[in-house]
Amino acid sequence: MHKAATSRVDWSALREDFPILRERVNGHPLIYFDSAASSQKPSAVLDVVRNYYEHENANVHRGLHALSMRATEHYEKSRQRVADLIGAATADEIVFTRGTTESINLVAQAWGGKFLRTGDAILLTEMEHHSNLVSWQLLAERIGAHLRFVPVRDDGTLALEKLSSLLTSEVKMFAFTHVSNSLGTINPVADLCQKAHAVGAVTLVDAAQSIGHMPLNVQELGCDFLAFSGHKMCAPTGIGVLYGRSAILESVPPWHGGGEMIVSVTLEKSSFKKPPHRFEAGTPNIAGAIGLGAAIDYIEGIGRTEIFQHDVDLAKYALERMAKLPGLRVIGPTKNRAGVISFVMDAAHPHDLTTFADRYGLAMRGGHHCNQPLMRRFGVTGTTRASFYLYNTREEIDRMIDILEKAIQFFK
Amino acid sequence: MNAELGDLEELYQEVILDHSRRPRNFGELADAAVRVHGDNPSCGDEIHLAVKFDGNGGLQEIKFTGHGCAISQASASLMTMKLKGKSRAEVEEMFRAFHDLVTSGNNDAPKKLGDLLVMRGVRKFPQRVKCAMLPWRAVEQALRQTEGEATVSTEEPEFA
Repeated sequence: MHKAATSRVDWSALREDFPILRERVNGHPLIYFDSAASSQKPSAVLDVVRNYYEHENANVHRGLHALSMRATEHYEKSRQRVADLIGAATADEIVFTRGTTESINLVAQAWGGKFLRTGDAILLTEMEHHSNLVSWQLLAERIGAHLRFVPVRDDGTLALEKLSSLLTSEVKMFAFTHVSNSLGTINPVADLCQKAHAVGAVTLVDAAQSIGHMPLNVQELGCDFLAFSGHKMCAPTGIGVLYGRSAILESVPPWHGGGEMIVSVTLEKSSFKKPPHRFEAGTPNIAGAIGLGAAIDYIEGIGRTEIFQHDVDLAKYALERMAKLPGLRVIGPTKNRAGVISFVMDAAHPHDLTTFADRYGLAMRGGHHCNQPLMRRFGVTGTTRASFYLYNTREEIDRMIDILEKAIQFFK
Repeated sequence: MNAELGDLEELYQEVILDHSRRPRNFGELADAAVRVHGDNPSCGDEIHLAVKFDGNGGLQEIKFTGHGCAISQASASLMTMKLKGKSRAEVEEMFRAFHDLVTSGNNDAPKKLGDLLVMRGVRKFPQRVKCAMLPWRAVEQALRQTEGEATVSTEEPEFA
């Protein structure tokens, strides 16, 4: 839909799809470099959500009337779209959740609660977002399991040479991120999953930062669970996905109890549906799921290979220009990286810098990015992060460089 | 100059930038009666405040170390200059006046705030109020106890 005859995408024209990019902030055109926190939404998604509420709104699966059937059909169609997007074997492997955090908590509490024993080990990495760390801390404390961590090298990549001593038969779960939300590191997921399976560990991949930015297929990655959020891939907030390979997902007991997840209920006891509905107690985020379906159509219309190349080109250009700024240090890999750039500046603390940038309409994130242990690992309390997506341009990076130069002058 | 830049320049007045670069009363206080560790977990700012009381419980000596944004460091520096030698009642009064200065739209800030009036620009940046208040939270805690160590946070954990 956005592909020109040469199969090149007209990235500037595509900005028109995002009404919010016309906003002015403090008298300046908005430069939105915070998509790693949450992406903006195209009209195609906003229209579908509005259309749902205007023409289809009803509860799913339990009504025999026309609206309920429409809502159910579109809700389940979105599930199939998600399955197709990630290469799941069937739509039954797709559980709708509130987001990545809830997906990981579901696995930690329901799967972990059933299958982990005292003395077992859970392997994580030093670069995990708090969602893929705190969830496991809570489980480990409850059942007496141990946490282990793959260290991060100075260049922001995983210290894979340490893996063989960490990934032993005590490890029952290896949970790690595909792309680091603060360093932009891209981890070798397929290789890590293969090594985990060799010792009998189950794998969970946090795909929050990768799903909307690059091609991703669960068969090729070989993971058992995959978690992601809709709102970082052009969909509304409050909708997310847990993919679970059928053989494993079917063994996971219910997590939340309530309507919609049961087969029959007596006052004493209940029996439960098969996945995915076993894990979707209560009225789900129907509009969100339908919006996610529309977001997938939008992203696939551009192509995730093209989006990834666009992100990478922007990051490369930004890194080249930032390298020339005095007193600025980028934390993270120099190559094979996503469009997420974390940096520190001698002249200004991240919060002073982001306050300054905001006054020029430039939205960046300043702080620990839900990565406190990783920040400590690099000897900083926080960084400033610029993250790019399909609607960002080189001109915006030029303006960011101007603003950073101004900040250096202002705070020096 | 546009209005937005005016806000920025009011927030980061030269006095504030100067105090953040060269904080006064920065350092250890060997014979402190109270040490308070102040923490802003949302941004990682830290203030370690050390206080010595006079015979009447007033602030005889006050020093700090720590790291953080320009606002928290300048606020600590300006605060220690202002509070040194003040009685307990004067510190409490100053606390309330400073809190009003950085949170309310009231333009009649008391003259006695003196140099602290340069912090007025913070009120146009609600997310930075915690930065300005961090050292004041620490001194508030220091007054609550006459000896020992304590920790205060801009976000109180409910389950440690």
